[in-house]
Amino acid sequence: MKEQSRQKLERLFSDLFGNGYKVDFDGSLLHGEATFEGTTIAILGTSERAYISASLALEQARIVLDVMRDHPGRAILLVVENSGQKLSLFDELIGNNGYIAHLSTCLDAARRRGHKVIGLVHDLAISGGFMATGMATGDCYACEGAELRVMAPEAMSRITRIPLERLSELTKSNPILGPGVANFERIGAIAGVWSGDLRSHLRHALASPDREDPRRDLGEERGGRQLAAKVARAVREGRQRL
Amino acid sequence: MSASYLEASARNRILGLLDPDTFVEFLGPTARVTSPHLPGLDMPVAFDDGVAVGEGKISGRTVLIAAQEGRFMGGAVGEVHGAKLTGLLERALDIKPAAVLLLLDTGGVRLQEANAGLIAVGEIQRAVLAARHAGIPVIALIGGRNGCYGGTSIAARSCDWIIGSEEGRLSISGPEVIETVEGAEEFDSQDRALVWRTMGLKHRRLLGEIDRVVGDDIAAFRNAAQEYFGKSRPLTLEALETQHEFLAKRLERFHDCRDAREIWSRLGVNEPARVPDLDPDQFENLAGTIAVQRP
Repeated sequence: MKEQSRQKLERLFSDLFGNGYKVDFDGSLLHGEATFEGTTIAILGTSERAYISASLALEQARIVLDVMRDHPGRAILLVVENSGQKLSLFDELIGNNGYIAHLSTCLDAARRRGHKVIGLVHDLAISGGFMATGMATGDCYACEGAELRVMAPEAMSRITRIPLERLSELTKSNPILGPGVANFERIGAIAGVWSGDLRSHLRHALASPDREDPRRDLGEERGGRQLAAKVARAVREGRQRL
Repeated sequence: MSASYLEASARNRILGLLDPDTFVEFLGPTARVTSPHLPGLDMPVAFDDGVAVGEGKISGRTVLIAAQEGRFMGGAVGEVHGAKLTGLLERALDIKPAAVLLLLDTGGVRLQEANAGLIAVGEIQRAVLAARHAGIPVIALIGGRNGCYGGTSIAARSCDWIIGSEEGRLSISGPEVIETVEGAEEFDSQDRALVWRTMGLKHRRLLGEIDRVVGDDIAAFRNAAQEYFGKSRPLTLEALETQHEFLAKRLERFHDCRDAREIWSRLGVNEPARVPDLDPDQFENLAGTIAVQRP
């Protein structure tokens, strides 16, 4: 699993950067840098379908802080590969939500300080693991074939008391319920799916202007989330009616 | 006269916190903006989608305020619910209130609207941070039956200040979820005392995850919240470094602890077993001397 995960990522990096990258794999943490058409890009993230523990969140935050301090303005490519937050007594005891919030606050701060912060979902991302990382970037993309979900269908069926058969029927037509990158793209959580010429995707991502939060509008345009943008606008304007 | 925060509905919490007759609700129940997704699952909707948002005054100062209704779907965040919270936080950028108050009472993402709920919590978090970067304090209040779990616990911890009662809990994964996946040896969700001391707000206060524990009384929440009006925690690089150092030290100091009582004892609590019995004033006295302060 470890070797396989690493090989897949090495392939991704060489597709993107040729020989122009150096990435260290340190357990499930990865970090390094790459050169892309004359620009240096910081790379960080997780591999091996990591569980995001307090310490893994903190290690990633450290790298984001280092980039902000040592290389103001440098673009950051965040590889999002995880199985969600770590489920353990210790991580709850120590306050994993605080560690994860710190990581996303650092990523968000980097974006506000002028770093291009690009998320890229690779292989798998689940729920809080996606929220803490990919959802705190500027635009988050996904590799073709990556999996993205809130919860496994069996568990969702058990908790919502919707029979599994009906649930899988519903998820076919409903982008807010079903797993998968395509659904998250339709609701605006994923800016786009990278397939084919990865370098052109990265070029486009680096050149796209920073927007505070385009995700509701994207969801509306793509027909996956019809109400969020309208509701938020009405409340922002202090309206009594939609 | 004291009124229980725990027992009150979302709107009564708001009315109890605000000066009389100052609450103006946005997209209230009469607007009937309901979940577009629940009817397809044959589930009932709420006319406010389980959250009240609006504007009002506390001691004459304008605040924006939101309260999740824990009795509707466990306060869980769906598309409309989440967008109301995000819109309210964005309104703060326009009207510059003394603070934004988020009365959180939630299990996290509404699984019936899974993807839309998850992205909504991400949008709430970004809007919280946008308000903070604009110098507007965002205060989370936690003291309802559902506590504050899931992605919402991350959003809460992204606020400037967190106030709670000892009835409140703040943690990312619910006890049942941990037990289901990792087994009862890892976390026995039936052990209420264990749940309380691991996820309860007294522990969070001693650890430096929240700022203040108050009694289960709406007036106590009101008084505590006012102390933070106009006060922000900065998000400069220096402040983020300080936060980082603070979190790193905690991991190092308590890395071998398996129970909150070990942590309390290491912090200098003489009788950790007595912590649950301390009333809020006694507890705050203790916390004032031994708790780790949030930077």
